[in-house]
Amino acid sequence: MSGSLADALPRLESAGLDGWMVRLFEEIDEANLAWITALARHCESAFGEALVDLVPSYTTLMVIFDPVRLSPSEAREIIARVLTDLEPEEAIGTGQVHELPTFYDPSVGPDLERVAEHTGMTVEEVIDCHSGKTYRVFALGFAPGFAFMGLTDPRLECPRLDTPRQKVPVGSVAIAARQTAAYPTVTPGGWNLLGRTSARLFDREREGFSLLRVGDEVRFVSVSREEFERQGGDPTPMEAAG
Amino acid sequence: MTQQPGTQTAIRVQRAGPLALLQDRGRFGVRHLGVTQGGPADSYSWAWANYLAGNSWGSACLEITFGGLQLIAERDLEIAIAGADLGATLDGQPVPLWQRITWKEGQKLAFATPESGLRTYLSVRGGFAAEPVMGSVACVGREQLGGFDGWGSKLADGDQLAIHSPERKPAEGMTEAPDQARQDFRKAPVLELLPGAQIGEFTGRSLYDAFNTWWRVDDRADRMGVRLLGPKLQCRIGSLVSEGINLGGVQVPPDGQPIALLNDRQTIGGYPRLGALSPLSASRLAQCLPGQEVRLVARGSGPVLREYRNFLALFRAG
Repeated sequence: MSGSLADALPRLESAGLDGWMVRLFEEIDEANLAWITALARHCESAFGEALVDLVPSYTTLMVIFDPVRLSPSEAREIIARVLTDLEPEEAIGTGQVHELPTFYDPSVGPDLERVAEHTGMTVEEVIDCHSGKTYRVFALGFAPGFAFMGLTDPRLECPRLDTPRQKVPVGSVAIAARQTAAYPTVTPGGWNLLGRTSARLFDREREGFSLLRVGDEVRFVSVSREEFERQGGDPTPMEAAG
Repeated sequence: MTQQPGTQTAIRVQRAGPLALLQDRGRFGVRHLGVTQGGPADSYSWAWANYLAGNSWGSACLEITFGGLQLIAERDLEIAIAGADLGATLDGQPVPLWQRITWKEGQKLAFATPESGLRTYLSVRGGFAAEPVMGSVACVGREQLGGFDGWGSKLADGDQLAIHSPERKPAEGMTEAPDQARQDFRKAPVLELLPGAQIGEFTGRSLYDAFNTWWRVDDRADRMGVRLLGPKLQCRIGSLVSEGINLGGVQVPPDGQPIALLNDRQTIGGYPRLGALSPLSASRLAQCLPGQEVRLVARGSGPVLREYRNFLALFRAG
């Protein structure tokens, strides 16, 4: 494998009787995704029917295989072979930039003003800062279709809430540390809410189910309340939590 | 609930009890989307229930946790119950577990409280019928996926449950599990753990404790994971960049109390792990009531794989 990776990497670590954790990197970096998605794609063809699941994340790919068809050592050999001639993908994810229409407003983004205060910016500057950057999807997890994206501008960095909210509304656009996300379903959540998107992030009837995939690029586009509603967004206000 | 072709309403829920869920083998090929696995928390008992009822591997059973469920048959049914002894009765008469029995139209099948174990599996010949969501009927409330309604609902009073119309030919195979296959869930289990990458980051004392302590099952235990109480385990790494977590993964958060992750776990997480329980040990842990004691033992994959393949060979053949 290329010398662009640290010496001790990639590393294969046991993830149980039917799994291997392929550790490709130590640190979070947008450049990791080209390698991780390439590895995932090649594992799909190399394992064929014996593949059960692939879980890509920031620095790793977990490979789950059928333990009836393959022993752990056989699976390990397949992964090692794939790693030997791995090249990073040029076009990663779906290759498209998703634009998520977002209504930034205190009524649906109850932490907007507090984030402005915390970062020393005005609300308008926070919105410009958040919508002015194209983000990369690092991982999906926490809930179906929930995409961890980053990295946000360092000026936007702010901690999670001390006490998570019990119910975060669908479409809520949020930040925490140097990451951003949009909530696909109603779940508890401890991130800072800036606004709401009308985009349908998770749909069980849609081919592929999740709008966003690991490696995809995402931009949040600031829209008016009217445009947000026209696109099917729900403007029901949410009171700021305690 | 719309009736699918080839299915028939067979059972009425008189009282739903605390938690009864429809579970097939689980949801696969979608974990990269953040969708959890689901499926039976005790796959061992689930597989036996299906097999004894004459169903193929993967058929949907009812996973009954703790008991309290009361069901009325609306036609004559062949069934099997395997797993925990929840004091099941048929019109007041005790029901034998781990074997095929007949449940006649109008009879009431009732589950009381746990005598041994926590979860039992009811399989009906033909298999329970529901519309799959993302390839599975496995019911995951948190994700609003699966179950009889498709939206992750547990059973409710008054539900009508459909089954697939069974084939006419009599079911083949054993109708009764051999004695050695019936698990005694009162016995404190020794759980097999395959060591993982971070095991070397735990202090020597913590590793000694991990494998030489009777761990107590906490009451914070559900289908996502089971917390174990005992000596505080110390790891030189506090947290990792989030990565995939497999079934049975034993993670140790900063409070030093391990959590074994089960079927409804989140797909990624960032705590260091001792390793992963074998699939059958994860199933066994799912039968433990709060307060019960368990031991962990480190194992290599060779013998664990042989045992698991032997188990699957009985049920997945054909």
